[in-house]
Amino acid sequence: MSTEAAVLHDCRDAWVEALVDLAAQDERVVAVVNDSVGSSKLAPFQERFPERLINVGIAEQDMVGVGAGLANGGKVPFVSAAACFLTARAMEQIKVDAAYSQHHVVLVGQSPGMAYGELGPTHHSIEDLAWLRTIPGLTIVVPADPEETRQVVRWAAQHDGPVFVRVSRMGVPDVNPEGYQFVPGRATTLREGSDVTIVATGTVVARALEAAEVLETQGVDARVLAMPTIKPLDEDALVAAARETKGIVTVEEALVSGLGGAVAELLARREPARMRMVGVDDAFAPTGSVEWLLDHFGISASGIVAAAQSLVG
Amino acid sequence: MTVEEDLVPEVGAVPTEALRVFGRVPEGATPDEVVAHLRDAARAVRQRDIQMIRAAGLGHIGGEFSVIDILVTLYLHVLNVAPDRLDDPDRDRFILSKGHAAAALYTTLATAGFLPPEQLSTFMKPLSQLNGHPARTKIDAVEASTGPLGHGLPIAVGTAFAGKLDGSDRRTFVVVGDGELQEGSNWEALMTAGNHRLEHLCVIVDRNRLQQGAKVEDTNDLEPLTDKLAAFGLEVVEVDGHDHAALVEVFASVPAASGKPTAVVAHTHKGHPISFMSDNVAWHHKVPSQDQVTQALAELEAK
Repeated sequence: MSTEAAVLHDCRDAWVEALVDLAAQDERVVAVVNDSVGSSKLAPFQERFPERLINVGIAEQDMVGVGAGLANGGKVPFVSAAACFLTARAMEQIKVDAAYSQHHVVLVGQSPGMAYGELGPTHHSIEDLAWLRTIPGLTIVVPADPEETRQVVRWAAQHDGPVFVRVSRMGVPDVNPEGYQFVPGRATTLREGSDVTIVATGTVVARALEAAEVLETQGVDARVLAMPTIKPLDEDALVAAARETKGIVTVEEALVSGLGGAVAELLARREPARMRMVGVDDAFAPTGSVEWLLDHFGISASGIVAAAQSLVG
Repeated sequence: MTVEEDLVPEVGAVPTEALRVFGRVPEGATPDEVVAHLRDAARAVRQRDIQMIRAAGLGHIGGEFSVIDILVTLYLHVLNVAPDRLDDPDRDRFILSKGHAAAALYTTLATAGFLPPEQLSTFMKPLSQLNGHPARTKIDAVEASTGPLGHGLPIAVGTAFAGKLDGSDRRTFVVVGDGELQEGSNWEALMTAGNHRLEHLCVIVDRNRLQQGAKVEDTNDLEPLTDKLAAFGLEVVEVDGHDHAALVEVFASVPAASGKPTAVVAHTHKGHPISFMSDNVAWHHKVPSQDQVTQALAELEAK
C-alpha cells in the first residue's frame, strides 16, 4: 500500500488520550467496558480514574443498558468494546436504550471492519455501518486518523444524543490536512478533481488517496472526499460530486451496504449517478490478515483505480 | 404486538369517566389514611385502565392489574420525584421494565399529577404520546423507553451506579415481570448490581406466575427464584403485591440490607381483583367486551 513510507498510527492511542483529557476536565465522563480494558487500550484511563471505569464483564446487553442508565443519571458514558460484539450482541439495546430513548451514550466500536483479520468473521465487524445507519437519531462517525479520532471523541462528549464511533487498530497514516477541524455531517475534500469522485471513510481513506495518485498518472482527475460521518451524510458534497464528476466510487472497510448503500440511497433520491462500491459485497471473509483481506476484496489502490476507470472509460 | 382477531371486540363509543387526580399521599397522614389513599387511587386507576383498553381495543390488562398496586404505591407515596422537578438530578428513578403494562403506568402517572388525565383518552390513537409501550421521548416522567423485555434492569443498574458515583442517597426502583426474568440480560445486570453493591437499587418482581402463553413454571421455570436472587447478592424480601400497607413498609425499608441491592418479590395475580380475569392466562392481552367492562367496574366499586 501507499503508506509504506508514512508513519502509521493505531487510532486507539488517540482515543484513550482524548478520553483521559476529557475525564480530567469533566467528572461526568465514565467508561463502560465488557472486559475490554486491554482491547480498548483503556489502561491509562483505569489508572487515573479507577472508580469511573465500569467493567460489567462479558455482558454486552448489560453494558449498553448500564450506559443508558448512567446517561440518565447525569454521566457521560463512553461504552467501549470490540465493535463486533458491541453492535451485534447489543443491537436492541442500541436501538431502544440509546437511540429510541435518546440517551446521550457514546458507543465506541473498537477494532472494527476486518481488523481482527485471521480471527475470522465472528470477530469482524463489517456489518456495523449497514445495521446502525437504519437507526433513527443515532449519529455514526468513522474517524480516519489520530487527530480526527481525538476531535470526534471530544465532540461526542458534548453532543446531545447517542453516537457510534468506530475506532480502528489497523495502522493508518495522517490523512487530514494541518489545522483540520472535524465538523459532524461534513465531508472533507482531500483532493479536488473533476473526472470522478472517490468517497472513502475510516481506515481506507489513505488507500483512496493513493488510488487518486495512480489515476492522475493515467490521466484521470479524481476528487477524494473523506466522509467521517456516515449518518447524517454530507448530502450537499455528494450531490455536488454527482453533478460535477462522471461518477462516484465509495470505499469502506465494511459491507458495501454501509457507506456505499447510504450514498446510493441518497443519490437515487436527489441526483442519480453512476456508482461503484468498493468494500465487502455479501460475503464472510476467508482466513487472512487484515491487509491481505483488504486486498482480497479489492479494497486497495488498484481495486479503487479499476472501479474509477470503469466510470470514466 | 400481534393481536388475535377473536380477541378484538367491536370498539364502540365507550363512556369514559375522567380520572380523579389523587396526587401524593399528604404529609403527616396516618398509616390508615395512607392505605385508604392508595387503595382509592388504585381502584380509580383500574377503572380508568380497563376503559382505556376497551376504547383502544388493545392493551395488556392482565399484567396491568397485577402491577397497579405497586405503581400507585411508588408514585403516590414512595418515590422522591415530583411533576415540577423532573429534571432534578437527585430525583428517585423509576423504570417500568415490563413496558407492555403501559396503560397502568399512564393512568398512575395521571392520578399522580404527571400527565393530564384527559390525555389518557388518546391512548393508542394516531400521533398519541401514549403508545402501547412507554417512550422517554414522548412523556417527561418516563425515564427510559421500554417494551422489549430485559432492558429496564440493566438501565436501572446504570442509574443506580450514577447515584453511587455521586455519593447520592437517591434510589432507583425497577419493575420486572416474572416471565421477563427468562431474558438473560436481567441476570447479567443482577450480577453487576450484586458485585458492585448497588444498595440504592430496588428490583421489584411482579410475580404473577403467568406469561403470555402459559404459566411461567410450565414455560421455563424460575424457581427457586428467591434463592437465585440471593445468590446474585441481593437482599430478598417477599410481599403481597396487592397489600398497600405491606408495600409501603417494604419500600420504606430499602435498602433492606447495607451494601446490597434489594429484590422485592411481589406476589401478585394477573387481572386482580376481577373475578373472571384473576389468574387466568387468557387475559394477557385480551380486550374486554362492554359487558365485561361493566361487570369489572361494578366489582371494583364494591371492593
